[in-house]
Amino acid sequence: MRYVVKRLLQAIPIVLAIIILNFLLLQLAEGDAVDVLAGEAGSATPEYMAELRAKFGLDQPLPVQLAVYLKNVVFLDLGYSFRHEMPVSELIFDRLLATVLLMVATITLAVGFGVFLGLVAAMGLNTWRDTAISIFALITYATPLFWVGLMLIVVFSLNLGWFPTSGMENFAMFYEGWDRVKDIAHHLVLPTITLALFYLALYTRLMRASMLEQAGQDYVTTARAKGVTENRIMFVHVLRNALLPVVTMAGVQVGALIGGSVIVESVFAWPGLGMLAFEALFSRDLNLLLGIFFLSALLVVAVNLVVDIVYSSLDPRIEVD
Amino acid sequence: MTFWKLFARNRGAVIGLLILFLMTFLAITAGLFFPADPFSLAGVPMSPPGENGFLLGSDSLGRDVAAGIAHGAKTSLLIGLLATLVAVFVGIVMGALAGYYGGIIDNLLMRFTEMFQTIPSFIFAILLVAIMKPSIESIVIAIAVVSWPAVARLVRGEFLSLRNREFVQACHTLGMSDIRIMLGEILPNCLSPVIVIGSLMVATAILIESGLAFLGLGDPNIMSWGFQIGAGRTLLRSAWWVCTFPGIAILVTVLAINLVGEGINDALNPRLRERT
Repeated sequence: MRYVVKRLLQAIPIVLAIIILNFLLLQLAEGDAVDVLAGEAGSATPEYMAELRAKFGLDQPLPVQLAVYLKNVVFLDLGYSFRHEMPVSELIFDRLLATVLLMVATITLAVGFGVFLGLVAAMGLNTWRDTAISIFALITYATPLFWVGLMLIVVFSLNLGWFPTSGMENFAMFYEGWDRVKDIAHHLVLPTITLALFYLALYTRLMRASMLEQAGQDYVTTARAKGVTENRIMFVHVLRNALLPVVTMAGVQVGALIGGSVIVESVFAWPGLGMLAFEALFSRDLNLLLGIFFLSALLVVAVNLVVDIVYSSLDPRIEVD
Repeated sequence: MTFWKLFARNRGAVIGLLILFLMTFLAITAGLFFPADPFSLAGVPMSPPGENGFLLGSDSLGRDVAAGIAHGAKTSLLIGLLATLVAVFVGIVMGALAGYYGGIIDNLLMRFTEMFQTIPSFIFAILLVAIMKPSIESIVIAIAVVSWPAVARLVRGEFLSLRNREFVQACHTLGMSDIRIMLGEILPNCLSPVIVIGSLMVATAILIESGLAFLGLGDPNIMSWGFQIGAGRTLLRSAWWVCTFPGIAILVTVLAINLVGEGINDALNPRLRERT
């Protein structure tokens, strides 16, 4: 319990630093919200712009602006998107679910399949299976995500017609209940495979190395001396311990996964945060982009926190370190 | 054994090096074989590979895909190399200061590094380029800003383990300045892992650059593989070649750099390989 509190307290300065970084980036950008508004309106007199700046507090000294910004962020007020004419936080929460769905599916596929491949490679060390899996991991690790996505579309959507090219569901069909779930799952297949491929390579390598490391430990010798069968040693004793670093890695990779989802979502027009970021880029909607950035950083901090806590309950030795 | 003999024991690394040489050659001679501006209209639009004088086809505006790949090689290799150099430099400075001085300096610098490692790096890179306006400089800076923490952590660890060694204490006794000890004595002893991580970082930098260009954040005046794929994605149905070939170029280059990086690792840490 003390460990949980300690980790929570450690997260606070990081979140604070991210908010300040966000504020600095906003300052770094050319022009402020008033310039954007004036640009939208077509023409604005300097007097009117000064009045607007006073209204938004943009004429205050920087530390005061930072304090206001901090207060706003704490209440989850991330500013206003003038393009969408909606508060940024509302826009983000609208799209959050789609991204979380894609990420959960991706992590499940990448970790599950990666653990399996790593296991197969480690058990057949230096056989053709090991070599084939290593080459597969090398190639997927070097492939740009967006290209894999486009190639999958060419093969499986355009030529074979097995999966839809884009979107999350077929609105024109007005599906309800299970039919709707099936429809969304059908749309989910290609984006998930694309995003999972890159991380698959990572988990495969990690699992293989972790299995090999554990197989050389003393407890394995003890188990063998006791007469435990090789299969039981592998699947019960070694596998359990080898999984630990994979769990940590899954937490660390969440940040990278969000970055990857910007690309995958914009390839497949998956209506999540990544797609929103892509749209924000095109319409030069900096407020929205910063909001997405902030929320994804927050998500990474939260996931790391949860993984650390879960990890410490799985392996009590961690707290001592 | 010499470096080259150890390196050559890894067959994949030799193949990777050959591919990398070919890519570098392609990048250097791009202006010779494809003297025209790769953005210019070179002939019949949407020509399939091998037709109308286009080796790898042309896109919807009649731009030569092969010329784009040759000129794009220059962009990718240049940005990958520059961004890595900047990241390695910043990482060494941060890591060396933190590891050498320890205490509060180490604590502060490592908190700073941790923050940068927490931030989702690709979105951060997108933001930086969007704010600075897309250009070679802003892309290099953005990639370097998201890449240096790994180097800093590595260098810090090495400095921490080396700073109390006898040869460093001997330097102190001789009255050498801190800077001289850091640069002249400790740094050369931890260069091999830095070279390995740096070589792998070039590959990551090329992937980030292509991703940025794909999203439309490339330098608008310079041809790049990511831009070609981004521009060709609307033609998937009618002209698959526009997207396919630049993607293969990225894949092959990144793969080659990763293989070379592993070969360098084997050559610089030979004991590590014999153990596994």
